[in-house]
Amino acid sequence: MRRASTLCSFAKGAPLRLLSTSSTRQGPQVCVVGAGPAGFYVTQHLVKTLPEANVDIYEKLPVPFGLVRFGVAPDHPEVKNVINTFTKTAQNPRVRFVGNVSLGKDLSLQELQRLYHAVILTYGAEHDKSLGIPGEDLGNILSARRFVGWYNGQPGDENLNPDLSTDTVAVLGQGNVALDVARVLLAPIDYLKSTDITAHSLEALSKSQVKRVMLIGRRGPVQAAFTIKELREMLKMEGCKSVFRQDDFKGVQEFLPSVARPRKRLTELLAQAALDPKAEWLEAWKTAERSFEPIFYRSPAAFLPSSSKAGTVGAVKLAVTELQGEMSETQGVKNTGAFEDVKCGLVLRSIGYKGLPADPDIPFDSKSGVVRNSKGRVEGLPGVYCGGWLGTGPVGVIVNTMGNAFELGRLIEGDIKDGTINATTAKPGYLEAAKILDNKGVQAVSFKDWEKIDQEEQNRGKAIDKPREKIVSVSEMLKVVAN
Amino acid sequence: MIRRLASGLSFARINYIKMHCSADILQARTTLKHNFSISSVHRNGEYEYQEPKSEDEVVNVIYVDKNGKEFPIRGKIGDNLMYLAHRHEIEMEGACEASLACTTCHVYVLGEHKDLLPEATEKEEDLLDLAPFLREDSRLGCQIILNKELEGLRVQLPAATRNFYIDGHKPKPH
Repeated sequence: MRRASTLCSFAKGAPLRLLSTSSTRQGPQVCVVGAGPAGFYVTQHLVKTLPEANVDIYEKLPVPFGLVRFGVAPDHPEVKNVINTFTKTAQNPRVRFVGNVSLGKDLSLQELQRLYHAVILTYGAEHDKSLGIPGEDLGNILSARRFVGWYNGQPGDENLNPDLSTDTVAVLGQGNVALDVARVLLAPIDYLKSTDITAHSLEALSKSQVKRVMLIGRRGPVQAAFTIKELREMLKMEGCKSVFRQDDFKGVQEFLPSVARPRKRLTELLAQAALDPKAEWLEAWKTAERSFEPIFYRSPAAFLPSSSKAGTVGAVKLAVTELQGEMSETQGVKNTGAFEDVKCGLVLRSIGYKGLPADPDIPFDSKSGVVRNSKGRVEGLPGVYCGGWLGTGPVGVIVNTMGNAFELGRLIEGDIKDGTINATTAKPGYLEAAKILDNKGVQAVSFKDWEKIDQEEQNRGKAIDKPREKIVSVSEMLKVVAN
Repeated sequence: MIRRLASGLSFARINYIKMHCSADILQARTTLKHNFSISSVHRNGEYEYQEPKSEDEVVNVIYVDKNGKEFPIRGKIGDNLMYLAHRHEIEMEGACEASLACTTCHVYVLGEHKDLLPEATEKEEDLLDLAPFLREDSRLGCQIILNKELEGLRVQLPAATRNFYIDGHKPKPH
């Protein structure tokens, strides 16, 4: 916190510096809401290009990194290397991580607008779409997002208690999240044991009776949303065979020559797995006890109750679909009128994430789950921006979010430099925010505090041969900080 | 210091020492520019901060940014193209730190040097499928290690900017 008291300077082109008091800070004061990849990448850009700026990153949880911590599968640790870059950003003296502070609950958007020159909303999409079909409230129909939160230690999901005593699971959706949950359900327990998967989920998975996981999508193989790396992992999964319905692949091989990469390689691999599997796969599949079963052209129409377990799902009624028009990656489908029921004891719904407005002042398009914005500038709120999934919709991997966040950073940098945002009037930033939080009795968590939690998790992991044992309750995280 | 040593040393050795002294200074200056704290040293990419030990080691490469601006860089045998870019503050990210888990170091390999590179592994090809603005000459920068054959290598950074906020946005694979 700098208490410079420079005199007014009227030199042409020089920024006007007011006599600053201890209740304001010099330079543009920026706040970011949401400490995931979008938040960190936009911060990285702003501190690089605005040498006077202070950036405060607010985060609802005591721990940073968003989906990198809670979304990336435990057996994909390399994807999490990006945390090192984020850590470097957080350790910049002009950046302050403020954890355990929630927009809408602890600070309002209006307050942030008053305290900061720019408010950047990057809190992502923490809800998911539902199907809106009959029977959806039966027991053991869960969102894949929460299942991921369960095995990844997202506070609030630790008591999900998925019933894994069934032998058949239906995953609805065919994106990478669907593949991730299928993989975690079908992987040998030894494969998961030495990852940072949470203890409670590892325990439950070690007792799991699940043998078959169906991956059900309403369109065809050519429209599958998962990516090739994740498909390969499933095809090679130890103790697991991949079972396809050959009928689903009618017309696919003829379509291949016209497909551009990247779709081409994925479709080739799918077709090969379904119609002409490699000898080495077939050999491994002979002795496999578990199975991965992608099913295409089926759209969930209703959930049917189990006859043995009252109030729990027993089957999914699927509408049979067919593609309309010429085969293409973006083809639509229509129902044929026919149906098929598949028995299952657990359903994981993986049809997309959804964002919500954290504050009533945020203009929101509830249909698409996106803050209403133009190129990142929030509609009707000058000085308020949005980025990442909250601005673009909940689709995209880290490279997409990074590109988007850098683009947003450039936009905000431009707005500050050309005066669209008037950053010459001093604003108090965190000096004032800290007082508001203090008065409310909110325990803000600093980056150094996170490092304590981080160290504790790693220590606990070391004892049991895991990279870390995640702390899953907010109160326990805060206890570690207080010690 | 050079003068004191000069009395007892041959010309070649003096030059060797001069080269290394300035190299150390250059490294220190660069290190200070980059690190906000001493502890955040590059765990990887340290090799790329070392100067070439002789002209025989030098491999000149040219990075072309998305606007066409050229950055001629003196690399050396064994340098990782991505970490070399980082050393010289060229706008190439490396989110997963060269562990084949992202596409942020995506480059286009211009001209004939493309054929001199070892073929991409299945892992790299799988990732390239996800790279925005993919082209025939696309490769991941972190998989390119410099050798003498690659002297004059020109790589271009893809357009990072794209309009992400399109209305009627179609879902992409994820």
